[in-house]
Amino acid sequence: MITNKVDRKTKLDKAVGIVAAGAYIPIYRLPRSSIAQAWGARSIGGERSVANHDEDSITMAVEAARDCLNGVNRDTIGGVYFASTTAPYNEKGCATLISAVLGLSTNILTADFAHSIRSGTNALLAAIAAVESGQADQILVVAADIRMGYPKSVDEQMFGDAAAAIVVGRGTSKRKILASIDGFLTHADELNDVWRRDIDPFVRSWEDRWVIDQGYIANMRETVKALMMKEEIEPRGVAKAVFYSPNLRSGVSVAKSLGLDPETQLQDSLIASVGACGSAQTLLLLVAALESAKPGDRLLVAGYGEGVDAFHIRVVSQIDQIGGRKGVDGYLKSRLTLDTYQKYVMFRGLTSLPPEARLRVFEYSGATITWRLRNSILRLNGSRCNKCDSTVFPVQRICYVCQRRDDYIEVPLADHRGKIFTFSLDNLAGGVNPPVVKGVVESSEGQTRIDCLMTDCDPKEIKVDLPVEMTFRRMHEGADMYNYYWKARPVRGDNGLSSK
Amino acid sequence: MESLKDKVAIVGMGISKFGERWDASSEDMIIEAVYEAYEDAGVEPSDIQAAWVGTLRSGEAGVTIADPLKLKNIPITRVENWCVTGHEALRNAALGIASGLYDVVLAVGFEKLKDTGFPGLGTGRGTNPVYQAGATAPGYFANIATRYFHDHGWDNERGKKILAKISVKNHHNGTMSPKAHFQKEVTIDEVLKAPIISSPLGLLDCCPTTDGAAAAILCRADLASSFRSDPIFIKGIGLSVDPMLPTLRPGFDYVGFDANRNAARQAYEQAGVKNPREEIDVATVHDCFTITEMVIYEDLGFSPAGRGWEDVEAGTFTLEGDLPVNTDGGLKAFGHPVGATGLRTAHEIYKQLQGKAGLRQVNDAQIGLCHTLGGTPQVACVAILGNTKGQ
Repeated sequence: MITNKVDRKTKLDKAVGIVAAGAYIPIYRLPRSSIAQAWGARSIGGERSVANHDEDSITMAVEAARDCLNGVNRDTIGGVYFASTTAPYNEKGCATLISAVLGLSTNILTADFAHSIRSGTNALLAAIAAVESGQADQILVVAADIRMGYPKSVDEQMFGDAAAAIVVGRGTSKRKILASIDGFLTHADELNDVWRRDIDPFVRSWEDRWVIDQGYIANMRETVKALMMKEEIEPRGVAKAVFYSPNLRSGVSVAKSLGLDPETQLQDSLIASVGACGSAQTLLLLVAALESAKPGDRLLVAGYGEGVDAFHIRVVSQIDQIGGRKGVDGYLKSRLTLDTYQKYVMFRGLTSLPPEARLRVFEYSGATITWRLRNSILRLNGSRCNKCDSTVFPVQRICYVCQRRDDYIEVPLADHRGKIFTFSLDNLAGGVNPPVVKGVVESSEGQTRIDCLMTDCDPKEIKVDLPVEMTFRRMHEGADMYNYYWKARPVRGDNGLSSK
Repeated sequence: MESLKDKVAIVGMGISKFGERWDASSEDMIIEAVYEAYEDAGVEPSDIQAAWVGTLRSGEAGVTIADPLKLKNIPITRVENWCVTGHEALRNAALGIASGLYDVVLAVGFEKLKDTGFPGLGTGRGTNPVYQAGATAPGYFANIATRYFHDHGWDNERGKKILAKISVKNHHNGTMSPKAHFQKEVTIDEVLKAPIISSPLGLLDCCPTTDGAAAAILCRADLASSFRSDPIFIKGIGLSVDPMLPTLRPGFDYVGFDANRNAARQAYEQAGVKNPREEIDVATVHDCFTITEMVIYEDLGFSPAGRGWEDVEAGTFTLEGDLPVNTDGGLKAFGHPVGATGLRTAHEIYKQLQGKAGLRQVNDAQIGLCHTLGGTPQVACVAILGNTKGQ
């Protein structure tokens, strides 16, 4: 087992730790009874999150990262580590795309962590190393997964889609950390419990008792026990155990075997409300734990996947309720019921739509075009005229008001809220979930107009003046690339505090 | 800047049958419309000295009409300006005559929409991969209806009831147009119960997807009487292209369009029209959707801003009203074969001013207006025609 070499003499608030944390849970929740009903099977109870048809691991990672970076100076981020078992590209770095969407510096580390459901905590370990070594001041770790279980399988019910993000950095006089990472321990165990070959759309697994007893429980118990011994932590000194769990029960079993009280000392696995969300799960639970933690709380965090990454984390300060930060709590409460299992099947592309029902959009794109327009497409940049101060979207070289040429600053509009100026509910455009909601958004930034599609909404609820926020989505596959852009959605999970 | 007024005459026009022309190609419809125009003007193909052809997507270059019509070695130019394309062919032909370079020219517009397998105009694309993705023409105009209703404090039910009257009127007028796509009365109830295409607009608020062609023979105004006893004179043509998509303009109110207002202002100035409501006897306007016709009433000065609906309620724009609009049934009855539409709207005014509009004839029509509007919307053309040549 590899263990860390944390300098015990470092003052707690100057330690390497968690600077910010954010989450993302898609708005749609599918009652597991709907899946069970579709197959004549037994429901495992509760509901699972389902990414919308226009979401993937990249878009969910962007949402979690934006939630996390609320109130963080983006210029100080020195790297993006993206983790997923379901990256939309087999060849192309997703972290780089995510960093561009977030408007981070181009002089940063970008790396993708893949394949293992442990890749989320793998990325966290790598981020700690980068900060400790001085390679980067702060690293954004973001994990997202959108795994699919075989139709009719328990996995199909158990899995959920989600993303979580954490900024790892060192506390300074100006930068308060939320929690210090006091120690960690990692362990690798080669076995085939769950896997997905390069040609498989669905997750495969061996016999359940092998997967749970020999794979998950044995590894978790031994690794966390070793960490507790190394860090000299008694069970009663643990405020919360934050354990990856593949199902409703197994995390509880691990906690009990370590002498912890699952009722009071185990972070809710979110299996009942979100589902098992792969590489994102441990980080998602950690974010949830930080949302309710008090200074001084000691957290034991363990992520599983062919072994375990376990962390000893001490909470230093209360998570800031920055306006606009939604977190696990906000995103959990903001939900729409997906009314049929068939919509899940459509969203994941598991069946073909009749050709006439496909979104009737010219799937037109080009690598050069999207690159030239990257600021407006990826950042939603408009231009504000230096002469007359009017802001328009997208970036215009000649001001439409005063015709001033090439004299503007670019203004990213993605993080500004807006309201619906007018809208339509379109049945002609087709797509997997008609009507297509087209909205004209008046941004809070200079009444700039953004004419875009809307998503994550009940069409019946859309009205003039409805407050909206922008969300990054997959649009189409023109030129055999994933083409991303922004849509508007009704404001989700608002904590009611002031925001842009 | 000189006015176009009374420099150019239209001495022949023809339109194909508009509809789902499964049996006819673009070439067939072009021949149908152009030979009717030749016959109407009493000209031979060899009399044509230059030609302009408008189509949005159904053809390219001058060969699009040279090939089917076997026009021999004359200058032919394809023009395109979105839904104003048909008017653009007419306008460029008129400019050609006014320049003094030509005595007799041909303007042709056509579109073959029913070969695409798509029940409607395609969704927006522009030159950007994502900005307009998922946008449809009904969607853009539904945005206008939503905002018009909102500004008037109407719910969808109230707003749709008023718009339905425009559909009922245009369908009624279409029953008297043998070449229209539809000759079918509809009731308010049918309009309200029609399937929703893009809320709040239903199927009967939308023009159909249609094939068609239209043509005009233009000549120097001073030569017009040598072709026919009842030539029609161009009094003015205004064309306006907005500098930026209205949908992206801060402060844009969605209930009126600069392109319409500016095109009308140009045309009225040339024609000397001071009070369009009083001076225009008959008009054909771009009713791609019922809400579009409503906004056009206001933009062209037929009704005060925000009060077009009062004139709709009063029946002002019906055949029996003070200012009949879309007497041939408009786009509602003729559809919108994009390149053909501008010339089709001119054709109706041409016939009305000659007193040859049959059952739908407006009494003593002397000054008429035809209009098209394109984009979201961003381009508009207004032409004023008259049946007497001024001094």
